[in-house]
Amino acid sequence: MMLRVDPARDDLGLQNPSRRELLKQGGLVVAFMWLGGASRVWGFADGARLDANHPQFAPNAFIRVGSDGGVQLVMPCIEMGQGAYTGQATLLAEELDVGLDQITVEHAPPNRKLYANPLLGDQATGGSTTIRFCWTTLRDAGAAARAVLVAAAAQRWKVDPSQCSTSRGVVTHAATGRSLRYGELADAAAMLTPPAKVTLKDPSSFQLIGKPLRRVDTPGKVDGSLPFGIDIRVPGMKVATVRACPTFGGTLASVDDTRARAVPGVLKVVKLANAVAVIAEHFWAARKGLEALYVEWHRGPAGDYTTEQLFKDMADASEHGTPILGREAGHVDGAEGKLISATYRLPLLAHATMEPINATVHVRPDGCDIWVGTQVPARCVDVAMKVTGLPAERIQVHNQYMGGGFGRRLFEDSVEQAVAIARQVDYPVKVIWTREEDIAQDRYRPAYYDRISATIDEQGHLQAWTDRTTGASVMAVFAPQAMGKNGLDSDLVECAAELPYAVPNLRVDWVRHEMPKGFPVGWWRGVGPTHNVFVVESFIDELAHAVGKDPVAYRREILGADPRVKGVLELAVEKSGWDKASPGARQGRGIALAAPFGSYLCVVTDVEVSPQGEVRLRRAVAVVDCGMVVNPNTVEAQIQGGLVFGWSAALYSGITLKQGAVEQRNFNDYRVLRLNQTPPIEVYVVPSKEAPGGIGETGTVMAMPSLANAIFAATGVRLRTLPIDASALAQDKQSLQSPVASASAAGAVSPGILA
Amino acid sequence: MFVLSINGNDTQVDVPDDMPLLWVLRDVLGLNGTKFGCGMAQCGACTVHLDGRAVRSCVLPVTGAVGKKITTIEGIGATDIGKRVQQAWLGIEVAQCGYCQTGQIMSATALLAEKAQPTDADIDAAMSGNLCRCGTYARIRAAIKQAATGQISLPQTVA
Repeated sequence: MMLRVDPARDDLGLQNPSRRELLKQGGLVVAFMWLGGASRVWGFADGARLDANHPQFAPNAFIRVGSDGGVQLVMPCIEMGQGAYTGQATLLAEELDVGLDQITVEHAPPNRKLYANPLLGDQATGGSTTIRFCWTTLRDAGAAARAVLVAAAAQRWKVDPSQCSTSRGVVTHAATGRSLRYGELADAAAMLTPPAKVTLKDPSSFQLIGKPLRRVDTPGKVDGSLPFGIDIRVPGMKVATVRACPTFGGTLASVDDTRARAVPGVLKVVKLANAVAVIAEHFWAARKGLEALYVEWHRGPAGDYTTEQLFKDMADASEHGTPILGREAGHVDGAEGKLISATYRLPLLAHATMEPINATVHVRPDGCDIWVGTQVPARCVDVAMKVTGLPAERIQVHNQYMGGGFGRRLFEDSVEQAVAIARQVDYPVKVIWTREEDIAQDRYRPAYYDRISATIDEQGHLQAWTDRTTGASVMAVFAPQAMGKNGLDSDLVECAAELPYAVPNLRVDWVRHEMPKGFPVGWWRGVGPTHNVFVVESFIDELAHAVGKDPVAYRREILGADPRVKGVLELAVEKSGWDKASPGARQGRGIALAAPFGSYLCVVTDVEVSPQGEVRLRRAVAVVDCGMVVNPNTVEAQIQGGLVFGWSAALYSGITLKQGAVEQRNFNDYRVLRLNQTPPIEVYVVPSKEAPGGIGETGTVMAMPSLANAIFAATGVRLRTLPIDASALAQDKQSLQSPVASASAAGAVSPGILA
Repeated sequence: MFVLSINGNDTQVDVPDDMPLLWVLRDVLGLNGTKFGCGMAQCGACTVHLDGRAVRSCVLPVTGAVGKKITTIEGIGATDIGKRVQQAWLGIEVAQCGYCQTGQIMSATALLAEKAQPTDADIDAAMSGNLCRCGTYARIRAAIKQAATGQISLPQTVA
């Protein structure tokens, strides 16, 4: 989400203390934990859980060592599949000198002062910032804790701390052969003050960082024992499902619940301003009850809105609106050469996390408990305060593992709704959205309408470059205080304003075009770079073909000075065999090159396009330079998964509006890539001593342009609108009528209902 | 009142005839490893075994499961193949968010029970009904092969 890796800006009003202050605040976090912030422990080891009665060592907000030997690490960034807990635990454990098999990890409670991410200006996880945020903060915290444990041992032994060493949770004084476990030192360490300054390990002596360590959360994910938010069970709990007004900004007019109340198991029908919920003994009764309701809606001012209208309005705005400058260099107007221009259109997108949206809430006169998997725990407290009128200290958010986030769980709309439902009853309620509700009521990635042009000389070298994007601002909703002084949401121009190519004259700007009031927009994996890199890298490909040059050769000629860009390009060329065997008929190879989220990537995607226009992915090669790697296994997994996420969207996914409502309903018409459609994906990591870059969203960014460029190479059809229109790729009209050569294997799936 | 055989135990449930097995498992019996994803047999998160065959429990009325042997993720580790599949999933580190993985493991185990040495086409056919939004498909394929052959094709996680 946030767009660059600058230090926190003062004008964001950050409460996040510097890490020095963090080191001093152990007392506060201990107090908070015993007030009930500690919701649940999950970890790799059967480590002893810390007990309130046991004295313990808690030198900062992230580390607790119990006198019983348990080491608990508190995770400032949440786990939604991206490997954040393993990465964060690795950073802490490296400097603390414990093994990952010796620790348990715990979700951080809502507390902006202790856990806010300065790159996002809030206690939030997103924008591929976790490792960048934690790289120094958590190693400092681990090193400070280790120093105090060593000091406690040295004091007891009356030796110089510098003569002591640590390994796997034990302090050793080699000269006298004495050793003490951290747990045995916890009481004494708790009496000492953490040092104000610590020395971090030299990377050459890392024991954990850089190794393919097993994730701390995997065992419970292969035997079904790890609970997600949707698995929460609270005594006395009932289950609800909900339907909100299908048109955005609309409201509930009337409900006839006669038939719903007759469904066995249905307990209550709850009305909200723009939604209706059915509470029942179990989800099945709630769903049947919801389907039995007769509901009338006031459709609202955008009740007849359509996608066609949206793109027409954006085209008008792009031509006639007032642009906000993103970046300008030189003078684009004076450039001489051949002008080439193109227009690209990108659709609204839904997240469709595998775990449907849910929250379990118990509202009482004196308090409110919320069990939910969220990327923004502190914001969940904010909305619960708003709905219940309770003070913050009466609201407990018990964060849970998430079945995917991708930006959807950066928004607390569903939590606010669940609290509003739960406050109408005196028992706990688990609110689960159906998949249909999830698709129909998402916080959608905005649509974009981009006009881009380049003036090139005879060799095709860039003399001038203009890129005007038009679309809605997510930042204006998510963090209005982060908007630039000139009204710029820098997300709109990220990876468009700064190009990896040499451009003497450039103007990149944005025409803000908001969706109708009430239409929810949100962050979606890859955010601004996913949108801009598709346009920029597709257009670079267009320029290469316009001057008759190979896309790689052309990029080499126009590259800027950054050696890391050239590094990933050349390795991708080598690993993909770009210069070697040429693809067969209707096969093509596409390349994309960019530097999103502080990392550098080059991806080559190979496709084959059937005579009917069906695209088959054959192979992909991804090269990444993301600085120092904390866990190579995670990097590979995130690149592979990110590519699949991006290809899914490019090939199949698009949200369309008709009469103000989303037309798609479920995975049958909001399609995503399946296993049989996924190619082998090779990931190569460039060794680097640079500080870590982001990784979680980078694959998604690179997927779309490398795919579209490959399709052009295979068919000669330039795709400037997503998702891809297969009919535009058909060889000729006759081929559309011929039988498909290889039917999708999806047809072979065994049905759920018995034959 | 129905009697269901779940993971080798007979269990009585008092639920409506048309209640899908998924919700009997989750909301009545508290077996939460079987997941809700779509409610229309499009995603496979709810996959369980009925007499060893992979089925989508979100659209299987409870009456269709009576008299059959139901196996869920909670019980699959008790079988030799299920255990091998789970170990391959751990070794290769397949899971990201993990939400779909219990269903993936159930489909993979049913495949290997039917075909000990599946081809890529067999894997495509058996696994294309299980969606993964994290995009772990490459590792799912590798883990199935590892479970089938015992041969390691990808680097294993350590510690």
